[in-house]
Amino acid sequence: MRGVDPRLLRASRPARVHLVVTVSLGVAGAALVVLQAVLLARAIARGSLGGATLAELTPTLVALGVVLLLRSSTEVGAEISGRIGAARVLSDLRGRLARHLLVRRSGVTGREPAGELATLAVQGVDALEPWLAGYLPRLVLAAVVPPVTIAWLFTVDAWAALVLALTVPVLVVFLVLVGLAAKERTEARWESMQRLGGHFLEVVQGLATLRAHARDGAQARTLASVSDRYRRDTMGTLRVAFLSALVLELAAMIGTALVAATVGVQLAEGRLGLEAGLTVLLLAPEMYGPLRQVGQQFHASADGTQAVGRLLDALEEPATLVDAPDVPLEAPDPRRDAVRLEGVAFAYPDRDRTVLREIDLELPPGSITALVGPSGCGKSTLAALVLRLADPTSGRVTCGGIDLRDVELDAWRARLAWVPQFPRVFAGTIAENVRLGAPTASAQRVEQALREANLGALLTGLPQGVDTRVGEGGRPLSAGEAQRLALARVVVSDAPLLVVDEPTAHLDERSAAEVADALRRLAAGRTVLIAEHRPQLAALADRVVALDHGRIVRADPSVLPTSEEVLVA
Amino acid sequence: MSAGALLRAAAVAVPRRRRVALAALLSFGAVASAVGLMAASGYLIVRAAQQPPILTLTAVIVAVRAFALSRALLRYAERLASHDLALRVLGDLRARCYERLAPLVPAGLPGRRSGDLLTRFVGDVDTMQDLYVRALTPPLVALATVLVAGAAAAVVAPTVGLALAGTLFACAVLLPLATGLAVRGAARRQGPLRGELTTELVEALDGAAELSVLGQAPTRLRRLSDLDARLRRAATRDAVSAGLAGGLGTLVAGAAVFAVLVTAVPLVQDGRIDGVLLGLLVLLALASAEGIVPMGDAARRIGACAAAASRLEEITRAGVPVTDPDVPAALPVSGAIAVQDARVVLDERVVLDGLDLRLEPGRAIGVVGASGSGKTTLGHMLVRFLDPAGGRVTFGGVDVRAVAQDDLRSAVLLAEQDARVFATTIRENLLIADRGADDERLWSALQAVDLAAEVEAMPDGLDTDCGTDGDALSGGQRRRLLIARALVSRARFLVLDEPAAHLDAGAARALLARLVQEARDGRGVLVMGHSAASLAAFDEVHLLQAGRLTAAPVLAAA
Repeated sequence: MRGVDPRLLRASRPARVHLVVTVSLGVAGAALVVLQAVLLARAIARGSLGGATLAELTPTLVALGVVLLLRSSTEVGAEISGRIGAARVLSDLRGRLARHLLVRRSGVTGREPAGELATLAVQGVDALEPWLAGYLPRLVLAAVVPPVTIAWLFTVDAWAALVLALTVPVLVVFLVLVGLAAKERTEARWESMQRLGGHFLEVVQGLATLRAHARDGAQARTLASVSDRYRRDTMGTLRVAFLSALVLELAAMIGTALVAATVGVQLAEGRLGLEAGLTVLLLAPEMYGPLRQVGQQFHASADGTQAVGRLLDALEEPATLVDAPDVPLEAPDPRRDAVRLEGVAFAYPDRDRTVLREIDLELPPGSITALVGPSGCGKSTLAALVLRLADPTSGRVTCGGIDLRDVELDAWRARLAWVPQFPRVFAGTIAENVRLGAPTASAQRVEQALREANLGALLTGLPQGVDTRVGEGGRPLSAGEAQRLALARVVVSDAPLLVVDEPTAHLDERSAAEVADALRRLAAGRTVLIAEHRPQLAALADRVVALDHGRIVRADPSVLPTSEEVLVA
Repeated sequence: MSAGALLRAAAVAVPRRRRVALAALLSFGAVASAVGLMAASGYLIVRAAQQPPILTLTAVIVAVRAFALSRALLRYAERLASHDLALRVLGDLRARCYERLAPLVPAGLPGRRSGDLLTRFVGDVDTMQDLYVRALTPPLVALATVLVAGAAAAVVAPTVGLALAGTLFACAVLLPLATGLAVRGAARRQGPLRGELTTELVEALDGAAELSVLGQAPTRLRRLSDLDARLRRAATRDAVSAGLAGGLGTLVAGAAVFAVLVTAVPLVQDGRIDGVLLGLLVLLALASAEGIVPMGDAARRIGACAAAASRLEEITRAGVPVTDPDVPAALPVSGAIAVQDARVVLDERVVLDGLDLRLEPGRAIGVVGASGSGKTTLGHMLVRFLDPAGGRVTFGGVDVRAVAQDDLRSAVLLAEQDARVFATTIRENLLIADRGADDERLWSALQAVDLAAEVEAMPDGLDTDCGTDGDALSGGQRRRLLIARALVSRARFLVLDEPAAHLDAGAARALLARLVQEARDGRGVLVMGHSAASLAAFDEVHLLQAGRLTAAPVLAAA
C-alpha cells in the first residue's frame, strides 16, 4: 500500500498551509485521545469502586467534556481545513489547465474532450476531499497515536505496554504485507468494475446504433448475463481480498482482547490500579482504530487520486509553442512583407506521425492562395503554423525575414484573422460575437459587417436583432450561419492576413455559395490563405497549392485545379 | 429533489429485500460484537480490580475473546454480503434503466446534446447503487443499535437504558439532519457556480484556438479566475458547515458516555447498581457510537441518490415515441417503402410536411438538402425511430406501425453519420450488421469504402481494436467503417447519411457507383447528402426543402 501518492502531494502544494494545519491538528488530536482515556478512566474508577458522588466527579466530568469538545474541534478543524485545501488545489489546477490549454497548447485538441476535462476540474473537488480531509488526517493519527501512547503506557503498565508494543508493529507489518498482496487484487477488482461500467456506458451510447441494427433486445439479455458474470468474478476476487481486512480486524480485536486479559490478570493480582488499567483498556482500540481506518480511507481516496491524475496528465502534455524571447522583435506586417514557410516540417510533440515535411511556400502581400488536398493531408496544420497555434518542428515561418518565434505571440496574432473549419459561436449576443474581432467596433460597424457577411436576412428575422443571444443557452445557429458570423468577425477586424480553413466543407450548396460570396468581398486588400476543396473558393485564388501526405505536390500558380481534384463530396 | 423518485427507486431493492436484511443484520452483528467486546472488557477490568480469584474471571475473558473473533468474522461476512448486494442491485438497475431508455433513443431524448445526457445517465445509475448499500442499511443498523444498547443498559438500570437509548436516538436523528442541511446548503450555493464555471471552462477549452487567435485568451483567463474565486469563497463557507456537521459525529460517543455517567453514578451511590457494572455501562455507551455515526454519511448519499433518481426519471419520463403493436403483422417479403403525405413535428417545429417518397428494390435514390432541412428526421421515420403525426409509411403495402420494429429494422438499415463504433475489433464492428457474414463479405465492404488496403496494413488486420468510439482510427477511417458496416448488412433497403463525406474524389465516385450496383443487385438504396452533383448516377435525386421533397435543381456539375 502506498502511503501518499507523490504526484498528488505535489499537486497539493497550494494547500500546504492546510496540510500543515491538518497534521498539527492530528498531533493535537492524538494528545487529546490520551487525555480523554485518562479522564474517562478516572471517572469510571472513582464512580464504580471509589464510591464518589456525582458532585465529587464534577471536576473530572467537566474536564472530560472539555477534552471531548476539543477533540471534536480538532476533527472539525481538520475536516474544514481539508475541504478548503481541496477547493484550493482544484482551483489551482483549473487555473493552470486553462492557461496551459488556452495559451501554451491552444492549437491542439487534447486526448480528453474539453467537456470531460472541465467537469473533472470542477467536480473533482468532491473526489479530492476524502483524500485531504479524510485519509491524510487518519494517516497522521495512525503514525502518531500508537508510539505516543505506548511510550506513555510504559509509565503506567509495562506489561500492557509490552503487549501493545509487540502487537501494533505486527499489525503495521501485516498492514503493509497484506496491503501489498491485496493491492493487486484490489486493482483487479477496480479494473473489473471499470470494465463492467465501461460496457454499460458503451451499450448506452451505442443504443441508437444497436437499435438501427435491431440488436437492442439482444443487448438487454447480454447486459444481464454480463452483469452476473462480472459479479461472480468480482466476488471471487473479493472473498480473497477482504481476507486481508479480516486479518487486520482479527489482529486489532485480538490485540484489544489480549490487553484486556493482561490488564485484568494484573489487576486481580493487585499489581495495577483500576484507573491505570481502565486507561490502558480505553487506549487499546484507539491505537488500532486509526490503522484500520487508514486502510479504508485509502480506497475512498482512490477516486481523488485518479481525478487529479487525469488533470495532471492533461497539464503534462507538451506545449506546442516556443516561448517568446526576452526581447521580442517588432511584429512584421504581412501587408508589406511576404509570409514564408522555409523548409518547414511538423509533428505533434506527443504523436509519432509527421504531419508536414519539406514545406516551402510564399504568401506575397495581397495574394490569395488556395491550399487543396484530401482531408488529413496537412492543410489545417499548415494554416495553424501561420497562425502560430503551433511552431514548426524544423524549418521556420517568417514574415519580412523575421522568424515568427522571435515575435511576441499576441503582437503577431493582432495581425491575423482566422475562420476555422467549425467556427465556434460563443455564448453571448450576436454583437458580442462580432466584437471579438474588434472590441471597439461601433454598433453601426457591427451591423454592416453582419450584412457584408450575408447575415442580413437572419438579422431581420430576429426581433432583438444583433442583441439576440446565441451559443450555449441561446438561439442555435446553423453551421452556415456560424461560418458567416465568423466572417463578420473578420470584416470588423482590419487584420491584414486572413486564414480560412475549409469554410464550406460542411455546408449545403446555397450556404456555401453565400459564404464564398462574402469571402470574395473580404479578400480585397488582404493576404489570404484558404484551405478548401470546393471549386467556388479555389476559383477565388490566384495561386493553388496542392498538398498530399504532408508534402506540396504541385504549386503551379497558373493552373487551377480540375473539378476532380477539388470535388470531394 | 423528489422524495417520490427516491422511493420509487428504492422499490428496485424490494426483490432483494432478503439480501438487504442480511447485509443490515451482519452489519449490526459486527457493531454489536464491538459493543460486547468493550462492555465485557469494561466489566472484566473493574471486576478484576476487586481482586477476585482469577478463575471467576475466566468466563468473562472467554466472552471477550469470543466477541473479538465474532466481530472480525461478522465484519468480513458483512463486507461480502454488501458488495454482493451492491453488484446485484447495480445489475438490476442497469437492466431496468436500459429497458426504459432503449425505446427513447434517439428520437425521444430531450435536447440535442444526447452524448452528455447518456454519459450522465450512466453516472446517475451508478450513483443509485449507493442507495441500497450505504444509505438504506445505516438507519436499520442505527435503529437496532439504539434498541439493543438501550435494552442492555436497561437490564442493569432502566433509567440508564432510557437515557442511553434517548441520547443515541437523538444523535441518530440530528446527525443526518445536520449533514443534510450542510449538503443541501452547499449544493444550493455551489451548484449554480459550478455549472457556470464548467460551461465557461468548456467554452474556453473548446474554443481555445479561436480565442487565442482573437487575442481573447487574457480576457477569458480573467473571467475564469473571477468565477473561480467566487466558487472558492463559496466552497470555503461550505467547508465550515460541512466540517461542523462532520464533527457532530465525533461527539456521539461523548454524549452517550455522559448520559450514562450522569444517570448511573447516583445509582451506584444509592447502591441500586453494583459499582462493578459502571465500567460495563460506560464502555457499552462508548462503543455503541459506531452504530450511529454512519448516519451522517447515509444522509449525504441519500441526497446524491435523490438528485440522481429525479434526473433519471426526467430522462425516462418522456413518452415513448414508438411502440410495437400487440400482435405484429408479418413483414411482407417483398415490396416498396412508400411514404405518403408525412408530417412530423418535433419540439413544436414542423420538420416534415406533406412528404411523399417511394423507395423500391433495384433503385438508388438521393435526397439532398441543407443542414437542418430534415434529412435526419426522414431517416428516423423510415426505420420507425419516430412515427409521423400525419400521413403514413408503408412497407409492401403494410403500414409499418403494424409490424414489429425489429423486423422492420432488419429489412431497412439506417446508417447515420454519428453512429457508434464499438470498443471492439473491426471484425466485430462489421459483424453487428450481420452475425453470419464471412470474411470475404467483410473485405468486399471495406474495399467499397476504400478502407481495405488500410486495414490490411494494420498489424492485426480485421482484428484491430477500434478503441472507444473508434478513437484508435482516424476520423475518416471511422466514418468509412460505418459505411462498410451498412454494406455488410443484408437489409433489403439501405438508408445512408453522407456516405462519401470522408472519401477523396476517386474513392467517393467508386463508393457511389458501388451503391448504384447494390441497387441493381436488388436492394433499395437511399443516400442523403448535401450535393446533388455527386449523385448524378442515381435514378432519382430529390431536394428536401420546407419539409417536403421536390425534384432536385439542375445537377450542377462542377
